[in-house]
Amino acid sequence: MQTFLLVAATVLMVVIVIPLVRVWKGPTVFDRLLGANAMATKTIVLIAMIGYFYDRIGMFIDITLAYAALGFISSLALAKYMTVEARPEEARPEEAQTEEKDE
Amino acid sequence: MSDFTVLEWISAVFIVLGIGFMLIGSIGVIRLPDFYSRTHAASKTDTLGILLVIVGLMILEGFTINMGKLAFVLIFVALANPIGSHALARAAMESGLKPLLFRKEEWDGTSVIADSKKPSIGKSKQSPSGGSA
Repeated sequence: MQTFLLVAATVLMVVIVIPLVRVWKGPTVFDRLLGANAMATKTIVLIAMIGYFYDRIGMFIDITLAYAALGFISSLALAKYMTVEARPEEARPEEAQTEEKDE
Repeated sequence: MSDFTVLEWISAVFIVLGIGFMLIGSIGVIRLPDFYSRTHAASKTDTLGILLVIVGLMILEGFTINMGKLAFVLIFVALANPIGSHALARAAMESGLKPLLFRKEEWDGTSVIADSKKPSIGKSKQSPSGGSA
């Protein structure tokens, strides 16, 4: 079972690295945030599996909970921050104009 | 591999299924042409894959205190991961990023396609390159 978990964790590390391509060449800020969020959520499982190698599962599950909470909070905070930051200057007046035309 | 017990076989099946789902999600994050479709790929497959792997680890663990902790991790991931993805998509929508409603050649992924008088999804040509990906 240790060998199987080692192979599974190795495959999982390769799977974690794959969204780094989207972080590298994402066209918008949100693509980069999405790639980083995907990597962070998959790392939760990797930390939980590492606990089985060291036979200290309880400690590593606590680390997993803290990491999950940290990733969730940072994802929410960055999403709120980028909402204010990446708003284009012309988008709001155009939308207002089109709404006026529709009305 | 042949000296697995029955519970270890069940756990191995759950872990392999979960890692397979996460692999599909990772490929989808790279391959899909639009931000919202990438969100669609990343969110659901990641959530299901993490839940499956944690259920596999719970079966491997047995009835101990660590199984309860893993259940807490499972509940937290099942709640937090869709909320995070939804917040990200909502932030993109409020920032003015329009979804790709039809396939257009040489769409750079950032500009708003405003001149879409005929958003014919069925009639649009399928480009083999897969958009901007």
